[in-house]
Amino acid sequence: MSAFRSFVVKETRHILRDRQTLAVLLLMPVAMVLLFGYAIRTDVEDVRVLVVDAARDARSTDLTRALASTHALRLVGVVGGVPQVEPALRAGEADVALLLPSDFARRFARGTAEVLIVSDGANANYAATAESYVRTVVQQWAAQNGGGAPVVRTATRMRFNPTLASQNLFVPGLLAFVLTLVSALMTAISIAKEKETGTMEVLLVSPLRPLQIVVGKVAPYLGLAFVNALTALGVAFVVFGVPVRGSLTLLLVASLVYVLVSLALGVLISSRAPDQRTAMMAALLGLLLPTLALSGFIFPIASMPGWLQPVPNVVPATWYILVVRGIMLKGVGLAVLWKEIAVLCAMAVVLLAAGARSFNDRIE
Amino acid sequence: MTDAPASVQVNGLVKRYDEAVALDGVSLAVEPGELFGVIGPDGAGKSTLFRILVTVILPDAGAASVDGLDVVDDYLEIRRRVGYMPGRFSLYPDLTVRENLEFFASVFGTSVEAEYDVIAPIYSQIEPFDDRRAGALSGGMKQKLALSCALVHRPRVLILDEPTTGVDAVSRAEFWDMLGELKRGGLTTLVSTPYMDEAARCDRIALLQTGRLLRAPDTPEAVARSFRAPLVRVRATGERAALLGTLRALDGVARAEVFGEWVHVTGAGEDAGALALRMQRALEGQGWSEVVAEPVAPSVEDVFMALMSDPDPTAEVNHG
Amino acid sequence: MADRGPTIPREEAAVWAQDLTRTFGSFIAVDHITFAVAQGEVFGFLGANGAGKTTAIKMLTGLLAPSGGTAHTAGYDVAEQPDEVKRRIGYMSQRFALYDDLTVKENVRFYGGVYGLTDRQIAERMAAMLARLGFERMARERVGRLPLGWKQKLDFSVALLHEPEVVFLDEPTGGVDPVTRRQFWELIYAAAQGGTTVFVTTHYMDEAEYCDRVSIMVAGTIAALGTPAELKAQFAAASIDEVFLRLARPVEEAASS
Repeated sequence: MSAFRSFVVKETRHILRDRQTLAVLLLMPVAMVLLFGYAIRTDVEDVRVLVVDAARDARSTDLTRALASTHALRLVGVVGGVPQVEPALRAGEADVALLLPSDFARRFARGTAEVLIVSDGANANYAATAESYVRTVVQQWAAQNGGGAPVVRTATRMRFNPTLASQNLFVPGLLAFVLTLVSALMTAISIAKEKETGTMEVLLVSPLRPLQIVVGKVAPYLGLAFVNALTALGVAFVVFGVPVRGSLTLLLVASLVYVLVSLALGVLISSRAPDQRTAMMAALLGLLLPTLALSGFIFPIASMPGWLQPVPNVVPATWYILVVRGIMLKGVGLAVLWKEIAVLCAMAVVLLAAGARSFNDRIE
Repeated sequence: MTDAPASVQVNGLVKRYDEAVALDGVSLAVEPGELFGVIGPDGAGKSTLFRILVTVILPDAGAASVDGLDVVDDYLEIRRRVGYMPGRFSLYPDLTVRENLEFFASVFGTSVEAEYDVIAPIYSQIEPFDDRRAGALSGGMKQKLALSCALVHRPRVLILDEPTTGVDAVSRAEFWDMLGELKRGGLTTLVSTPYMDEAARCDRIALLQTGRLLRAPDTPEAVARSFRAPLVRVRATGERAALLGTLRALDGVARAEVFGEWVHVTGAGEDAGALALRMQRALEGQGWSEVVAEPVAPSVEDVFMALMSDPDPTAEVNHG
Repeated sequence: MADRGPTIPREEAAVWAQDLTRTFGSFIAVDHITFAVAQGEVFGFLGANGAGKTTAIKMLTGLLAPSGGTAHTAGYDVAEQPDEVKRRIGYMSQRFALYDDLTVKENVRFYGGVYGLTDRQIAERMAAMLARLGFERMARERVGRLPLGWKQKLDFSVALLHEPEVVFLDEPTGGVDPVTRRQFWELIYAAAQGGTTVFVTTHYMDEAEYCDRVSIMVAGTIAALGTPAELKAQFAAASIDEVFLRLARPVEEAASS
């Protein structure tokens, strides 16, 4: 049996024989999808608004000014035509669009004005909040200018998440979390365990190169990570009807890149951690916490304080979540997501190289 | 010493960790086929020395070779040729006996079948438990499995770091029997232990303390004989703490140390018989009963203690 | 054996057991052991792994209820008054009880508090203890930075802080140099001279030679009991190690074949 194959066999045995950990790893994606699916809730700041002003009259300009001067909103542009709305939302340049009809001033005066709010439903919680902000501004403006009677009707249309299920939003984040846990935390612990028991020293004093040892050890976790990813997707689809609108293949390829990034991070941690406890703490604080809190998964990046906003850029999960949201919820492909995927690939290359280098031929 | 090249050659090895000096100029040579013991307490530098020899750490100064290969330049080749058991080595408890053995064989690119003759003397004793998980083995059987795993690639030199620490007396005795058997097969073995009474099981021993050899390596008998001062063992009925105090206050007593149920008294400038007689009379004169004082042959432990306060200057000599 | 009591009367013994037994299901871990340890004695309690040593000690220290027989430690019945027993014994385990990240002083203060000593008692005993060990200058040092031998001495002294009648030591001197090891034994002898009974468990037979008397447990029973000299004479052996191998080896072989 080749050394690599026997490594995979041995590591798989370790995984299969630790029944408790295996049960936790297999059931956790299911439990988390259910938990998050029913419990998630988010707050929003800095909503980017695109105004489609077909009227270009005093009233519409005044309303636009009112939007622009509202604290939680940011005006990203005023355009004349409806066709520009969808590209802006797809590209993530705007969160919400307000459509003012050409006869806005006349109908407002008559009390029959109707405006349309279009928001990016891919981010359902965010969309609902953003829409309510805009609605409030419009109603307040109408009250100030029309004597208080409710003369504005707002109609909202969600574009890319027609079911308006807020559950859809967390599945990408959850995927990132589960993959980080299995690839980074579990490999870091498993390598640190070999250090603790002295077996790593014996393996080092063998003809195997450190890279062979590491690759042999992490390979089975790659398989486990994919089982977990598919479980999470499956449960999300069956229980909450969350679909994968775009290419499943692209989703799995992106996930593979993300798993490689996480494995490399796990290896980097274990190369420095002397024991399992240290490895676990480092992985929890250094990887899982940012994946949860700094990736836009639970707290939207837009509502983070300004000084913190650049940080998510160095968290791999941020980019992975953007990619998964794009593929799953918007159904977009490489043409739109190439930048995010490129960032992930670059991270994978750099971290894998660092991970391989961190595993010395010697102990120190 | 023979003309054959040494199996392990160590010349002036130095290793520092921050301010602490782990090895402070250690030199020794292990002959082919020898069972060589490095004896010293925790922190003496035993593990550091062995880790340099198995090429997992680099020395700060000095040189060392294993089977004629330099530990720095030829480290990859050395790794093929040594069998190593680190101090806290504990195998994979969740794998069976057979799975552990097969894994370590495959790591070295071989198989249990191909190497069966090498490991048979030891492995055959645990073979009936092939399907038992290593974690469920008794201490003695774990030891046999660990040794089988270290031997499965036909190493030319076996390096064992404290293999008997934390092992019960029966298993320890068996382990030394196994090492004796391997030696008869011609294997060179370098073994470390903190237990002085295991010195007698080695061909030659080196006494290591705070990173230095206390004296040049030699046979346990020669090391014991090198104790020059008169030595007497004393026993009497009563509190040992009081007996020690009494003996240390007597004239011509360089040191008095408990040694099991006895107290070993080192004198100076008289022969052991005269010293024994003097101790006998002095104790009886002070009212101690059932006094026994008699000359005793020094042990390795006596030498170790004597050298701890007064190291032998010849210890730094290079052997090569 | 079962009809004969221990050689030392119960009232005078520090540890006294008659027909002490413990079963786990159908497995008899400790099988009617009968022995006694005198006050101020250094007693070695030996046995191979799995011979029942640990189970016996758990019963003698009041941690585990016996299935049968009686045992008294420090004058109290271990089954009926385990709390009284625990108050009167000290324990030094193989794994150090001291906290590496606390200083010598902080450790001593903590354990003084655990045993309900007053601040004044703690201060007095700490000063005496540090002086006896020659550790005055190390009082503010973190325990983790002390050499192994110092830690062992400190750990033993902390186990004596509340002036227990019996102190249980588990493999006390593994891994230290021979000089430090003797310093440790001299601490033990000094404690014994002061009237403290020292109950040493070990599977390292060389250690046993330092005890006043030793017992050797094999397969749940006490197979031999006496001074090291008596046992060596009885088995015509040069060392306790040899005595032990004679007794334990046949059992070990029977178990693994």
